[in-house]
Amino acid sequence: MATMKKTLAAATVAASLMLLSGCSGPYSSLDPAGPAAGSVAALTWAMLIGALTIFIGLILLCWYAVRRNNEELSDAEAQRIQNRWILAGGIALPVVTITALLTFGIPIGHSLLPLPLQQGEGMRIDIKARQWFWEVSYPDTDIQAINEIHIPVDTPVDFHISSADVIHSFWSPRLGGKIDAIPGRTNVLRLEANQVGEYSGQCAEFCGGGHAVMGFTIIALSAEDFEAWLQQEGAETND
Amino acid sequence: MTEPDNLHQRFDKVWRNLPGWGALAAVNHTSVGRRFMVTGGIFFLIGGLLAMLIRTQLALPDQDTLSPGLYSQMFTMHGTVMMFLFAIPILEGAAIYLIPKMIGARDLIFPRLSALGYYCYLFGGIIVLSSLLLGIAPDAGWFMYTPLSNAEFSPGPGSDFWLLGITFVEISAVSAGIELTVAILRSRTQGMTLSKMPIFCWYILVTALMIVFGFPPLILASILLELERAAGMPFFDVAAGGDPILWQHLFWLFGHPEVYIIFLPAAGMVSTILPVFTGRPLVGYRWIVMAVILTGFISFGLWAHHMFTVGIPQMAQAFFSMASMMVAIPTAIQIFAWLATIWTGRVVYSLPMLWIFGFLFIFVIGGLTGVMLAMVPFNWQVHDSHFVVAHLHYVLVGGMLFPLIGGLYYWLPHFSGRMPSERLGRWGFWLTFIGFNATFFLMHLTGLLGMPRRFYTYGEGAGWDWLNLLSSVGSFVIATGVAMIIIDVVLHFRFGRKAGSNPWNADTLEWATGTPPPMYNFASLPEIKSRHPLWNQPELLESIPAGEHGLTQIEHGRRETFGTDAITGKLKEVMLLPTNSWLPLITAAVLAVLCVSLLVRSYTVAMVAAAVAAVFLFRWSWENGGHPKAAPLGDKEPEEAPLQSRTTDGSGLWGMVITLLADGALYLALLFGWLYLWTVAPNWAVPDESPISLPMMALSGLLLTGATWWYSGAVKKLKAGNDSGLESRFWVATGTGAAHLALLAWITFASPLATTEYTHDAVLFVMLMFLIFHSSITVIATGLQALRVRFGYVSKKLPYEPVVLRPMWIFTLAIFWCSVASFLLLPIAWGPA
Repeated sequence: MATMKKTLAAATVAASLMLLSGCSGPYSSLDPAGPAAGSVAALTWAMLIGALTIFIGLILLCWYAVRRNNEELSDAEAQRIQNRWILAGGIALPVVTITALLTFGIPIGHSLLPLPLQQGEGMRIDIKARQWFWEVSYPDTDIQAINEIHIPVDTPVDFHISSADVIHSFWSPRLGGKIDAIPGRTNVLRLEANQVGEYSGQCAEFCGGGHAVMGFTIIALSAEDFEAWLQQEGAETND
Repeated sequence: MTEPDNLHQRFDKVWRNLPGWGALAAVNHTSVGRRFMVTGGIFFLIGGLLAMLIRTQLALPDQDTLSPGLYSQMFTMHGTVMMFLFAIPILEGAAIYLIPKMIGARDLIFPRLSALGYYCYLFGGIIVLSSLLLGIAPDAGWFMYTPLSNAEFSPGPGSDFWLLGITFVEISAVSAGIELTVAILRSRTQGMTLSKMPIFCWYILVTALMIVFGFPPLILASILLELERAAGMPFFDVAAGGDPILWQHLFWLFGHPEVYIIFLPAAGMVSTILPVFTGRPLVGYRWIVMAVILTGFISFGLWAHHMFTVGIPQMAQAFFSMASMMVAIPTAIQIFAWLATIWTGRVVYSLPMLWIFGFLFIFVIGGLTGVMLAMVPFNWQVHDSHFVVAHLHYVLVGGMLFPLIGGLYYWLPHFSGRMPSERLGRWGFWLTFIGFNATFFLMHLTGLLGMPRRFYTYGEGAGWDWLNLLSSVGSFVIATGVAMIIIDVVLHFRFGRKAGSNPWNADTLEWATGTPPPMYNFASLPEIKSRHPLWNQPELLESIPAGEHGLTQIEHGRRETFGTDAITGKLKEVMLLPTNSWLPLITAAVLAVLCVSLLVRSYTVAMVAAAVAAVFLFRWSWENGGHPKAAPLGDKEPEEAPLQSRTTDGSGLWGMVITLLADGALYLALLFGWLYLWTVAPNWAVPDESPISLPMMALSGLLLTGATWWYSGAVKKLKAGNDSGLESRFWVATGTGAAHLALLAWITFASPLATTEYTHDAVLFVMLMFLIFHSSITVIATGLQALRVRFGYVSKKLPYEPVVLRPMWIFTLAIFWCSVASFLLLPIAWGPA
């Protein structure tokens, strides 16, 4: 009995681990490492569960509608039933769902915008996309890099993104959503990493033959390490 | 010989296609509809083959079965073929085949136009596909985002194949849209009021109108991008004052309605088939009609949800997000109406029903992920990822392919007179259904795990290996399912048991034609009394072929059907329908030459081809009215109602007005582009002084106003029964119009327009060419009317044609002054940007 319990527990742990590991990965939006990705991941789970509930409900309803023993209905009765269905399922259900979604979703969207910070200071990094690499530069310094972006941890970073040729899209899923790099325009995306580490990113808008190999890495350093890196890079560039 | 057989012989003689190669001259809707569907089916298999190649490449990480360049061609062509060469045309084909039979007509009302549409589709499709064989297929993705698709980043001819070939194919979509709209409104059998129309016709009516308004923005965008590529006019080039985002707006302004253009006819099939297999009329009829119309409207207000990551303003994102979710309401109304129909009826399990259950299952998932995608912050994460790939396949395959195959099985006995095999059919269904979900269900997760779409390969460490392998295996299961279906369909032509008439005990008129149907559909045209004619008047199955209803005269050798009132279905006129003609094939062939010569940039040939095509198109309209080959005066007139050419409110006028709606949409797209660039383009530049002389434009406009006024006056008198001096009146209108046109042409070519340097000037040039195009057609057509008066084909007893031309004059006048106001005066009022 005890062994069976143990096996069961082990199996449960293994299963949940598998499920969780199924959601992790270097590019997983479900394995967030920053506030932007975190709030979207929560929204994703909420919507997935909601959608699954509605889906299963509908399938069960359909199943029962097909299976149930049908009494003879007059046309008037049938009409009444159908009106009720349409009002409840066709109008009330989507209206309630949409209202709920927008009530939660619009504030989340708003919180992700690069609005002026209420406290503290963010930093700015300029990104210029090219076929097929990313030019990184730090304003007020001479530091330049390709495909490698160093940022300080726990600091909101505003990426000012543009393109030198075709349209690209800047996406590091573990930190947050994407934004397009468009010639002639500059879009701003705010990302923040909560933990020190390396976060993969890639181009998400098809940009020609090298699209699949247009990756980049965001390296989040602790505040001290980042300062040190800035000093060192700055010195190297000035040499 | 029995009486019905005798009647059949006489009708068949008038309606049958020419023998042998002459079948290519067929114009009747049964032949044309079948050809559309078979051609669409072949393109579907080609598109599917490309999908298999894509899945083969992605099955394992770091594969190089296909090079990146070839892979780009594959997915671009997969999307293009499936959307433009399969989904839309095959549904058009189904509508062309079914609509006249459902509304009790003998043919569509512009049969040569359907044939022209088919040949444009066929030739355009072949041109687009030939690029694949030559290894120079378009490779910028099926939505062709510029600058990637422009001359600098796609220097080869791939993009040109797409822009020219697809525009060519779109001629068929727009012409089918116009024709179906007018046919549904004006050629229903007697007694079929709008509210007694089969539900499928409502779906097609809304779809057809959506095509009329939805395709022109893409046609305009394609013309602009091709002009940029071939002539260097910088519409989308930031440096010269253009904007690549304008392409995205125009593309999705078409692209989103297009999703519903594909979904609605398929949903119409569901609404048609479901009641037959539950034995319960669709009681939510009015709800559904309302939902379908609502879908049509909403679908034009949510295009920007494809562009949430472009950086458009927040308020706009909130608006488009809400609008995108709103579309869930009419969709939910339909789904619950279907569920309620199942609830109140008794389900008969048969192959078509199986596909409809499959549709419900898959489409609901697609709809739910659609609502999720409309949520902006979520969209920022999964946009352009495999989540979207999964979503769009759930919506399009679930929402279109499954009902379509359900419809195929449902109407198969109608096409062939034989029943399909239940066993093979069920295998086909389950393999496709399971394969589909295996391919695409976990692809949602692939996207959430961060795999962008259009990656030709991926690394081992990315965590996408097993998901992609599963998808690839699933795709091969779909392929076996499709193979099963094809085998079933092919075998049934030989081994299926005979169907008899109305094998499913359906309620709609198409089953009263007999299976397979005769070319004329109905030997006599019945008056119907309810929405379910074959349930409430089952005697129609015998009385129609026996000739007991209307319009049974055939001795005159003319193809005829009834024209009825758009709302009440009361008999108004007898419509004369053209017979077999080579003109559609010849015209389409010349247009194909035009298309190819533009592709290879041989502009002299292109100009000659355009002129020849114009000659054939005007020739087309010649055998009409009182022409000896049409219905000259003095022939025996029909008893029931006057012949259409003797009336002033016929289908031609309706066709003209619907065409002008499409034309107006094209113009509005241009106006939108102008205002958009003016307000949004980052480097928009305006010359200090307008390059176009305003007084000259005003003079040209006054001439046009005079000509229009003069022409309208002549038509008014004609309608009042006065045709004295008609010919000279028309010549005066032609002459004044020609003077206007000459002046307009002079302004266009004498103005110092720097079309390759400034977007501003390039747009003005396109606007002027648009005006010239319309003025030319109007003037030439008026000259032809004057000639026709001289020959006696048009007169007070034959007033039909001049009435048709009048809206064209008014449209030409309206766009002229609207252009002067918004392209020339508004900027002056606004001052420099």
